[in-house]
Amino acid sequence: MHPALSVISFTTLSGAGYGLAFVLALGHGNPAALSTKIAWVAALALISIGFLSSTLHLGNPQRAWRAVSQWRSSWLSREGCMCFISYVPLCLLAGMSIFYDSFDLTLGYVGAICCAVTVYCTAMIYASLRTIASWHTAWTPGFYLAFALTAGTLIYIAFFGPPVGSRSTQIWIYLSLVFLVASWAIKHFWARRAQAVGYGKSTMETATGLGHIGKVRLLESPHAMGNYLTNEMAFRIGRKHALKLHKIALLLGLALPVVLLALSLAITPVALVFTMLAALSFMAGVFVDRWLFFATARHAVGLYYGGDEALMPAD
Amino acid sequence: MTSLPQSTNKKLGLVIDLDTCVGCHACVVNCKEWNTSGYGTALSDQDPYGANPTGAWLNRIHTFEIVPDNSSNKPKGQGVGEVIGTAGEARVVHFPKSCLHCEDAPCVTVCPTGASYKRPEDGIVLVDEDKCIGCGLCAWSCAYGAREMDLAAGVMKKCTLCIDRIYNEELEEIDRQPACVRTCPAGARHFGDFADPQSNVSLLVAERGGFDLMPEQNNKPVNKYLPPRPRSDLGEGTQFSVPENDTKGADGLLGWIDRALSGSSKQKGAS
Ligand code: SF4
Ligand code: SF4
Ligand code: SF4
Repeated sequence: MHPALSVISFTTLSGAGYGLAFVLALGHGNPAALSTKIAWVAALALISIGFLSSTLHLGNPQRAWRAVSQWRSSWLSREGCMCFISYVPLCLLAGMSIFYDSFDLTLGYVGAICCAVTVYCTAMIYASLRTIASWHTAWTPGFYLAFALTAGTLIYIAFFGPPVGSRSTQIWIYLSLVFLVASWAIKHFWARRAQAVGYGKSTMETATGLGHIGKVRLLESPHAMGNYLTNEMAFRIGRKHALKLHKIALLLGLALPVVLLALSLAITPVALVFTMLAALSFMAGVFVDRWLFFATARHAVGLYYGGDEALMPAD
Repeated sequence: MTSLPQSTNKKLGLVIDLDTCVGCHACVVNCKEWNTSGYGTALSDQDPYGANPTGAWLNRIHTFEIVPDNSSNKPKGQGVGEVIGTAGEARVVHFPKSCLHCEDAPCVTVCPTGASYKRPEDGIVLVDEDKCIGCGLCAWSCAYGAREMDLAAGVMKKCTLCIDRIYNEELEEIDRQPACVRTCPAGARHFGDFADPQSNVSLLVAERGGFDLMPEQNNKPVNKYLPPRPRSDLGEGTQFSVPENDTKGADGLLGWIDRALSGSSKQKGAS
């Protein structure tokens, strides 16, 4: 699939925003503290920037409001609805903190649930597609949720968390280490399955119904140049650089943050620098990983264009 | 409304005969011709006369080659009955592809705006372009590549089964069928109602073993494809071997030329 920058930024930024809002909505951070007030603004900003960038790839963004109408059947519509619904508790909580230095736990729980459900809906847009076998699994919402939580936690610690060197900061850092390892473990299972599943049950033989004669091969493409389908869905699978990029994603998203968090525990005077770098590095890693999520996905329509044989660039 | 109808009164669709299609693209061109001035916005092209032309088309012809392997379909000798293919001999199949108007159409249920819908009266899957936001998700959900975004209008385009022809009383009766069917010079495309077991298309499917594309995707396509027919075995007839030229009897001028040329080639071969 074509890795559109707008969709990659949308899923990573809004995921991080909901992760941060989730942490805040569970009552972390003193509502009277300036850092908490800024954290609320930051969470809402990340969410909103993400959603605005998602409208960039629309052909007719001025009609985007229509997208909330089909929540009965469409995950994209459900996500749009949840985006608006979750603004209500999140904005109320942000307002309470900013203007009244207060917090309400019941409303907080509602907000936290809304955050989780919205991220789940985003992931289900992809996981519900039967045409892309590697996405069509419960592991997809699994890692979207895990990455959102980890990003939220890391951002919270780095920018808005309890004072450096305190006991609770230590606990937060241990917690985020667990989240980090757990999210990449989930992603690892997802990637292993994705590698194995390929086009799922579909083959060029089932696509054409000609398998009873023999092995099917594309002799002539219907068009000489690219078209919407080949540009969007039969994206030449990024195998050439996939392995390298995967290593970069792991380095930025897992290895570096772990080292930086460990350093922040060891060298407390500049701990904040390390935790901030850890959060940024993790976000960069997730960004690269999200690029691969799209770029390496095989869409069934690729089978009409010759399948892997034709679409995989040679090493 | 993007929930699918429980059932449709009619199931209008196409039968495409992979045996007779000659891959001429006439249906492709006539489809574009009719639909660029018919239902909805025009079917735009980008850079049509430039180096990298692309555009929205609703019907595309792929061509596949199937080479039966040695184990299956091995001919038992010359002239033994009819076979679907001869081992080692490519069978070329032209493969027209347009929207299959699926009964369980995922392109309809994923649409967030209600622009994509399936008509309860005849099962035709359409896009209401005034509601479409051009998100592209419906095209992602279609395994067959039957939807293409119009990059000029920013809305999704797909086969309408020529809804503006088949019910059009301004047209003569013979023209009240999809443009591709009407134009096909080989008679490879048939239009009809699959809900009626006695219709032309239902009978064709029953007689020729019409099949679904990618049944494992669970879309229940309405359009059906007819497999290539068996043909007489090419057998050993295709194993060409040219006998050595026998020039022993040549004399006179021809004999001289033969000797001169054989000699020179021998010399060349020796050097
Ligand atoms: S062929 Fe594709 S566009 Fe047509 S109804 Fe089926 S899923 Fe939808
Ligand atoms: S591109 Fe248009 S028709 Fe397709 S899912 Fe989006 S809004 Fe619906
Ligand atoms: S017009 Fe008929 S023969 Fe020509 S490509 Fe189309 S279906 Fe095949």
